[in-house]
Amino acid sequence: MSKITRRKFLAGSAAGGAAMMLTPAKKAFASGSFEGFPDGMGVLVDLTRCVGCRTCEAACNKEQQLPAPDLPFDDYSVFDEIHHGNQKRRTTDRAYTIVNRYEPEGADKPLYRKIQCNHCNEPACLTSCFVNAYTKTPEGAVIYNSHVCVGCRNCMIACPFHIPAYTYHSAINPVIKKCIFCYYTRLKEGKPPACVESCPQQVMTFGKRKDLMKIAKERIHKNPEKYVDHIYGEKEVGGTGWFYISSAPFEEAGFDITLPKKPIIDNVKDFLAIVPMVLTIWPALFTGFHLLATKGKSHGHGDDHSHDEQEGH
Amino acid sequence: MKKLATYGVKPHDADLKADGEKWSLMEKLLLGLTLDQYIGQVLRNKFNWLLGIIFAIGIPVIIYRFFFSLGSVTHASYDYPWGLFLGFGLFCMVPLSASGFMLGTTVEIFGRHDFEPIERLALLNGLLGYFFAVVYLLVDLGQPWRLSYPMVYSWGPAAVLFLVGWHVATYLSVQVAEVSTAFFEWIGFQRGYDFIRKGTVGLTVSGIILSTLHQGALGALFLYAPGKVHPLWYSAPFQWIHFFTSSIPAGLCMVICVSTIVIYTMKWRCDDRFIDNLDRITISLAKGAAMGLITYLIIKIIAVAHDNEWAYLATGWGYWWLLEIVGFVIAPLIVLSYGIHHKLVGIVRIGAFWTVAGILLNRLNTALITFNWKLYQEIPHKYEIIISITIFAIYITTYRFILNRLPILYQFKDKAEK
Repeated sequence: MSKITRRKFLAGSAAGGAAMMLTPAKKAFASGSFEGFPDGMGVLVDLTRCVGCRTCEAACNKEQQLPAPDLPFDDYSVFDEIHHGNQKRRTTDRAYTIVNRYEPEGADKPLYRKIQCNHCNEPACLTSCFVNAYTKTPEGAVIYNSHVCVGCRNCMIACPFHIPAYTYHSAINPVIKKCIFCYYTRLKEGKPPACVESCPQQVMTFGKRKDLMKIAKERIHKNPEKYVDHIYGEKEVGGTGWFYISSAPFEEAGFDITLPKKPIIDNVKDFLAIVPMVLTIWPALFTGFHLLATKGKSHGHGDDHSHDEQEGH
Repeated sequence: MKKLATYGVKPHDADLKADGEKWSLMEKLLLGLTLDQYIGQVLRNKFNWLLGIIFAIGIPVIIYRFFFSLGSVTHASYDYPWGLFLGFGLFCMVPLSASGFMLGTTVEIFGRHDFEPIERLALLNGLLGYFFAVVYLLVDLGQPWRLSYPMVYSWGPAAVLFLVGWHVATYLSVQVAEVSTAFFEWIGFQRGYDFIRKGTVGLTVSGIILSTLHQGALGALFLYAPGKVHPLWYSAPFQWIHFFTSSIPAGLCMVICVSTIVIYTMKWRCDDRFIDNLDRITISLAKGAAMGLITYLIIKIIAVAHDNEWAYLATGWGYWWLLEIVGFVIAPLIVLSYGIHHKLVGIVRIGAFWTVAGILLNRLNTALITFNWKLYQEIPHKYEIIISITIFAIYITTYRFILNRLPILYQFKDKAEK
């Protein structure tokens, strides 16, 4: 009997070990407190300067060779579009950047907000992707390898800014589409993205993120009556490569001000930490339970006589 | 089948026929009936007609989805990337299939052989639930033919979904092995049966590990969306515990539900061992489920206290949360407890169906209903609903096909007599 129980114990341990082998490296998780590459580039978006001309949308469309839009870029009726009852426009697989109009309370003129991928320091999309399709480049862009995309759309769930879109209408090769900071055509060579370059109002300033942060603080400091004292994207979800300053409170320009200050992945770390624990403790624990629970009892299985015969040896 | 039995037809239920000959594979497939008899009883069953109608409508829609893209059968929503296929198919089917590891643990690890009559049903329920969760996933993935990428080609080991993928795949193989003993018995391959039985403890232990992790991981998947899932359904430290603990009553109650359906509709296939023990086992399973439910309830409340979310309870979403907790956790808990205390199997069964409904509500709430609570609500596309129902109908058909044949609800005569 003892011989058998030992063998059973080994079988249990071996299977537990096999389960560990099959699920490798899940514990070498995201870095502790990554705050972005030191020389990562970013863009400062000053909402007070934007007049809603949509030139950036047109420039993006051309640069990224996207299909022609339903309405031309000089048609401003798009600002009145309302989807799903209460939603303004959002980025899609055919438009990586969007300008929306908001009317903050008490303001004499509307506020326009440009939306695109914010190129987070520690992107939620990247950490949620189970084929590692996303890369945060040292230049600061969050780019994406569509050749490995399985189409689980977890990144769309994870993105706190509702940015990635999906080419649902492709039957053979549907993939994620989003702003890539014009990485391949411009950023890699140190050039600003097409939207920044096209802007007639100089709403956007391109540069090293850390330098831009100083500029933003300086602008707020010098014109406290013009700006609200907050840089949206300095700390939100661990800091973003693109960040905003505004004349109206950010919630009135459609920003989600309830986002955590820590990277999204921090919320998941509690769970990730228990994974190696379960993998190592459970096999011994439950094989132990088995030995304790069946000690001295018959191992008889009603449906299992071959087993019983072996037990009898 | 009942009708045939009155004519003295006996189904395949032993290694050898009454006259000592072996059954041929064809005879086994036809349950020991002749072809005419078999087709006759298929056509007599009204339920088959219902399934036929569902397939006639649904299967063309599934084919349509693969030829004309996901966008043609869903709203192609960027804000709701996960619709009914995952919201129901993955997040509901997996907890309801926790039965495999629960009963495997009870019988094989804790040595409670008094649960043996239902062990195989629980294992099969687990296997099929997982298998069809994967089927739903294949329909939902944009490029299902790349399903193996996270396994072999491009690893994203920091992602929770990577863990889910690996664990579901591994656990599916474990469950195939566990259920294969019944299959080996059925085809009469004794050596395969012996081989698998030797590894039972190992298989069961790896089943526990994998189940703990991926049941929890399904909850942890939503941790990526702190701004999207309503705070009452979101809890960074406890989400995985919620999903894991609730999978325990889910799995156990699903076994009670399935056994209830089986005892009323397929009694001919159950042997005396199953029928005589079922009431006792049902009560015992319900005890486990009730304990799981109360644990779950307490952790749910702790989570609200931990994140100090009491203020949300006075809002519309708060009432919805209270409805879920009071109406679909506390109420079935009371029903189950009453049934257990007074040993009323009927009441326990009502409680079990109620619990399953509660789990479905919880998963749908997390994945779809309260998701994007700050944006807008979305009703799934009609084709999405049709496809979901069709896959579920295929699941039921497969389930029945196997229960009719393999020694799940019955033992082979020669085994039982030994």
